[in-house]
Amino acid sequence: MITSFHRTVRTALRALLRNILRSGLTTLGIVIGVAAVIGTMELGQGSSRAAQETIARMGANNLMIQPGTAASGGVSFGSGTQQTLTVQDAEILSQDGKSYLHSVAPVVRTRTQIVFGNRNWVPTYLYGTTPDFLEVREWDLEEGYCFTDQDVRNANQVCLVGMTVVRELFNGESPLDSEIRINNQPFKVIGVLVAKGANMVGIDQDDVILAPWTAIKFKVAGNSVANVNQSAAVKDDTSQQINTLSQRYPNQSPNLYPAQSLNQLVNTPLIDRRTNCDVIWARGLTGELMPEAKMQIGEILRRNHRLRAGVADDFNIRDMTEQNAALGATSKVMGNLLLGVAFISLVVGGVGIMNIMLVSVTERTREIGLRMAVGARRGDILRQFLTEAIILCMLGGALGIAVGRLGSLVMRWFLHWPTESSLPAIIASVTVSVLVGVIFGYYPAWKASRLDPIQALRYE
Amino acid sequence: MELIHLTDIRKNYGEGDAELCVLKGVSLTIQRGELVALMGASGSGKTTLMNLLGCLDRPTSGSYLLDGEEVTILSSDQQALLRSRKIGFVFQNFNLLPRTTALDNVLMPMEYAHSALSEREGRKRALHLLDQVGLSSRIYHEPARMSGGQQQRVAIARSLINNPVLLLADEPTGNLDSRTSQDILALFQQLNRSGLTIILVTHDQTVANHAQRIILMQDGLIRNDVRDVHTPTAIQPLTALPQNAP
Repeated sequence: MITSFHRTVRTALRALLRNILRSGLTTLGIVIGVAAVIGTMELGQGSSRAAQETIARMGANNLMIQPGTAASGGVSFGSGTQQTLTVQDAEILSQDGKSYLHSVAPVVRTRTQIVFGNRNWVPTYLYGTTPDFLEVREWDLEEGYCFTDQDVRNANQVCLVGMTVVRELFNGESPLDSEIRINNQPFKVIGVLVAKGANMVGIDQDDVILAPWTAIKFKVAGNSVANVNQSAAVKDDTSQQINTLSQRYPNQSPNLYPAQSLNQLVNTPLIDRRTNCDVIWARGLTGELMPEAKMQIGEILRRNHRLRAGVADDFNIRDMTEQNAALGATSKVMGNLLLGVAFISLVVGGVGIMNIMLVSVTERTREIGLRMAVGARRGDILRQFLTEAIILCMLGGALGIAVGRLGSLVMRWFLHWPTESSLPAIIASVTVSVLVGVIFGYYPAWKASRLDPIQALRYE
Repeated sequence: MELIHLTDIRKNYGEGDAELCVLKGVSLTIQRGELVALMGASGSGKTTLMNLLGCLDRPTSGSYLLDGEEVTILSSDQQALLRSRKIGFVFQNFNLLPRTTALDNVLMPMEYAHSALSEREGRKRALHLLDQVGLSSRIYHEPARMSGGQQQRVAIARSLINNPVLLLADEPTGNLDSRTSQDILALFQQLNRSGLTIILVTHDQTVANHAQRIILMQDGLIRNDVRDVHTPTAIQPLTALPQNAP
């Protein structure tokens, strides 16, 4: 059995080697087909990975936890008007949520004028936060260094600036160690954020200033987004005062430290930093964990806010799942399209093999007759020609894998296209090339085996 | 001892009105060890008879016993096995595989014989046969680099690789010059002397004269069957008497 298989393969190889140029040209179709499959799959996988990374950098794995909505007498004040989130919430989340959250950062937002020399600007984002914010947003520094937790504790007046701010305020020159004024408070620029470009809805993400949240909250804003977004008069609006939670999370005191009772002062020498923030940013470990992370965050916050069952959340969590899914679907469609084209070229290669095998059967009619005369059965002839076709396809497949890999490496090195080696692509193309060999080799082989030995021997 | 026994073999081609009788009842007995020439003009049915003798074709009616075995009832696969074990073929146009060495050409029929010989033994046997036909110095030559006579010798060695009981040669000297023809015929005579039954199909009287028995076909029937005619030995003396391998 093994020797007969061995003999069949050897005979087929000899027959192929007898006309090596034709064999080579025949396999070329398969080589190109398989190389196309490998190349497109690697390119597709690479670009989908690259797209995912880009999306992730744009904030795909980010969660935004916003305070709930305040409503008074049937008038809703919109998202974020209730002040329920505290910096402590963010700390608890980063401790309890380690298994699914990469990092968590509280954010205090404000919008005010910044001044440097004779220039001024109002950045889109003026965020008071913790150093973890850079982790959450996967943001690196162009130069300088980030502020530390120590800076946050001490409410040090230091800040990081985005590229747009550098352009508008510093005319593109390095702003390191310069002092800018934010709402008339001097802040030292200690770092420059790398350019991030526009986000998914087209807002310039580089128009940003990051500073310790303590500094922003207590020295710049003195309030929160709830009344920044509205007219200054809102500060004393009764709607704020009737909100019972404003007692728990005082939002009108610009004091660095909330007033403590005598007992507290005696019992806890620690500073109570239970101070509200406008939004908490978090980054999930992976995209798959996002739904889980959302659920867990909800539970932790509900527990921390002591919400009874049946009481609605006093916060809401938003993520980018929809955008993610849409972009993922796009790259999937593109990948499938490329794959379809590649498989068509494999089929064309298969037709080429069939064509050449048919020519080969005609050309070798006398050989077939001779083999039959010396005792080859129809099955032997069928097997021999089928083996030839399969060997051609397998060799073509192997060569195609090499060419495809090489091609994708070339694309990577010279064109800097993202590619990624793909084992499924290799398995699929080997399987397909063998299948092509069987399917397109069968008809010529069958035709050869149906020849009449007498006529085949006389064939000229 | 009888090797071939044909009884009233008929062969028709086509159907109905277009039916063509090629063999019209041929009966024939050939003993083991005979050297027979099968002669006849084209259209006489000698080629058809040879195809039937070689188990390449099946008669319309009649019985064919080869080595005591009825072959007309065998399936085509069984016929193929019979061909590989009992019959060697030599053709007018040699039919060697192109771009394949003499040795591999000789070994080719072993692929289909399912013989008990191992690869090494088969190779040894092929080398012995090539030596017997006088080509031991050209084992690795390809057909394109050999003369017609040498190619026909390779073909003869090939036909003997599976140790057949019957050698069918179809115009074996048709493509060769007269001197080489004599060479090949001398080789046939020697093989015959060592016990091999050979049937030469030819239309050439001088070739036929080398046989001990001449069967003349005409219009699908045996017209003449002459034994022990004057048999000239081949002119070319051979250096060694090749023995049929055991």
